[in-house]
Amino acid sequence: MILGRFNRARAAQLILPHYECQTPLFMPVGTQGTIKGLTTHQLEDIGCQIILGNTYHLALRPTSELIDELGGLHKFMNWPRALLTDSGGFQMVSLLHLADITEKGVTFQSPVDGKPMLLTPEESIQIQNRIGADIIMALDDVVRTTITGPRIEEAMYRTLRWIDRCIAAHKRPHEQNLFGIVQGGLDPVLRDICVRGLVERNLPGYAIGGLAGGEDKDSFWRVVAQCTAALPEHKPRYVMGVGYPLDIVVCSALGADMYDCVYPTRTARFGTALVPEGVLKLKHKAMEDDMRPIDPTCDCMVCKTYTRAYIHCLVTKDAMGSQLLSYHNLYYMMKLSRDLHSSIVEGRFPEFVCQFLQKMFPQGDVPEWVCNAMEVAGIDISSCCAPFSWIPNKVEDTQNQEVKQ
Amino acid sequence: MKFAVKAWSNGKARSGILQLGSCPHNIETPALLLTTRKGLPVYIPPDHLPSLPSPDSNLLHFSPLHFLEGISLKAISNIGGLHPLLGLHDHIMVAVPRDSIISIPDHDSTNRIGASFETPCGRMLIKPADYMEMISSMRPNLWATLADEVPAWASEKRNKASVERTLKWLDECITSNSTDGAVLGSVVGGSRVEQRRSCAQEVARRNVEGFWIGGFGLGESMEERNPLLNAVMDSLPEEKPQEVLQGVAAGVDLFDSTYIYHLTLGGFALTFPLESIEKQVTKYQPNSNSGCDGTKINLKGTVYRKDTSPIVDNCKCYTCQNHTKAYINHLLNVHEMLAHILLEMHNTHHFLGFFRSIREAIHEGKFEQFRQKFIGSRHEHIFSAALNV
Repeated sequence: MILGRFNRARAAQLILPHYECQTPLFMPVGTQGTIKGLTTHQLEDIGCQIILGNTYHLALRPTSELIDELGGLHKFMNWPRALLTDSGGFQMVSLLHLADITEKGVTFQSPVDGKPMLLTPEESIQIQNRIGADIIMALDDVVRTTITGPRIEEAMYRTLRWIDRCIAAHKRPHEQNLFGIVQGGLDPVLRDICVRGLVERNLPGYAIGGLAGGEDKDSFWRVVAQCTAALPEHKPRYVMGVGYPLDIVVCSALGADMYDCVYPTRTARFGTALVPEGVLKLKHKAMEDDMRPIDPTCDCMVCKTYTRAYIHCLVTKDAMGSQLLSYHNLYYMMKLSRDLHSSIVEGRFPEFVCQFLQKMFPQGDVPEWVCNAMEVAGIDISSCCAPFSWIPNKVEDTQNQEVKQ
Repeated sequence: MKFAVKAWSNGKARSGILQLGSCPHNIETPALLLTTRKGLPVYIPPDHLPSLPSPDSNLLHFSPLHFLEGISLKAISNIGGLHPLLGLHDHIMVAVPRDSIISIPDHDSTNRIGASFETPCGRMLIKPADYMEMISSMRPNLWATLADEVPAWASEKRNKASVERTLKWLDECITSNSTDGAVLGSVVGGSRVEQRRSCAQEVARRNVEGFWIGGFGLGESMEERNPLLNAVMDSLPEEKPQEVLQGVAAGVDLFDSTYIYHLTLGGFALTFPLESIEKQVTKYQPNSNSGCDGTKINLKGTVYRKDTSPIVDNCKCYTCQNHTKAYINHLLNVHEMLAHILLEMHNTHHFLGFFRSIREAIHEGKFEQFRQKFIGSRHEHIFSAALNV
């Protein structure tokens, strides 16, 4: 249900079996049935709405059969809100160099005993049916965006053929929402064929896949813009693997609703905090005597209690360092989601985008791809962009040690 | 600081009330000091601390040596000490140089100038003046003086030197003290009863508000420890609280222990019954593959794979209220940090409950019975486990 919009951007309510979500929303990744270092109680406090679980990892341990026997993943990890599981295909390609994709499915070497194993679309759905997440993803043929040529086309058509096998195998359509994934690389013609094919299947939601894999930013936003324009208005749109705050703001302006990424929690474990100015490296020596909170404008438990100096002495040495930074970073992502939602509902989305860009690019050096995307999105950001000819060479803000992404 | 003994049981075991100026709560003893890393529990996040029993969980043990790198003493001092730095205004911070985990006394390198420790930043020689600078910056509520701790196997000569140095450093620490925290005089003496006794007598003559009995957990046996503790306790005045590693029976009031930390790292959860030990003994089924001794279970055990019950039925801790053994077993299998967070919460909750039971037994004058029952139920388990093999 769409509650508000500004040009292409939308704020909606997404009603799932376990939770009524407000979009745009960011989904933290809880690979093995837990968000690293946080309790479910903390995740509720932070305002987390959907957690992502990785089918590949959960199928290995504790196995989908065990999760099913113990009443599903919600009960197993005691998470009352919504869950989403991926198809397991992506991990096979990214983690296993010996994955071989054929029409039947993805053949891979079992990490347990080294024997060849086959993940078919039917099996992926069967496993996800057992895990029981609110949203499940179709098995797609994933290729790296940086690859070109006929392999992209083959993967796109195979993804379309596999979606029918996924739909046919799906046993719990009333409890679990199967999302299709748009593939087609960076080729607008292929993306168009794939979107049309999926829309014909009238699925509960659609994901834009094959992005966030190292392609240039200009190609990235153009694919998102093309897909969101062609996807039905009343269905959620999920951009897979996207998690940089700037990318989320741009994609939301272009009409996307959902995002997931390991970035906020992974970067926390390496000692980096997300702040409105970009990122703050807590490991840096300059933090040693810095008695300010990580982000003075943040209301989270960590920023209200601790100084940068104290976090500095914890990060990368003590478990508590990554626990506290993960808490802050996810709070930041949830706050960003809420701000996107409310600014769209209240009709002040362009103002929000400008404020966001001004903080991140105080000298007006907003990247060109962002300017281009915002023009397509119909958001006037001229107030926070310096004319191109005036941009001085970027000066490192050494005092704050805040580095742009 | 104020301390008053409220009840005695079976000779030396005692229960008292500890009051500290800055802390709004009275702490009942015998009490447990929670292990911390840089002032916070190793895994329990600060927003979950209120879920632990209060005020029992308000006593935190820390080693000032944890802050040797990463943050300057000046910065800690400027913010007003550890309480504001950690956002734990109502907690009682107790400073002891060593922590038995990552700051370990290194008696070979200790010399007359200062005490040597193995720390995450390498071997460090800490002089009394260095230590006092840490104390005055961190402003703990209670602090133990710098000690030269030696292991049980140290020679008579080395042991004597350790007592002499510890007393000298005690005087230096007290002289240069500029904080309002209460001083615990360190008592050492290794495994020599005479040295222990004379050290305790000397420390008791100083202007200290309590005693920290060091040099334990360094190679001595349980049997050896008893006479040593008794030698110390007999030499200390009664009205002062003492802090050691073991020995309610000997009359010790405060304990710091890395037990919870080591249990948690190993995947163990405490399960021994906290009340009516007698009745519940039969409920506990020892498992040959779970490292079970009737007091704890190892959640890594495959028997817990499908166990949807909490660690302890009716346990009020966050972990037992929210999660199953099967889930923690999975988290341990896949090496997820949440396993340690949940185990530390349960084990801390359970161990604090154990201390509460001890205090109740002392109040009822039944400490010795409580102790025998506890030891007895453990033996019964080891016995029945042996029969099962």
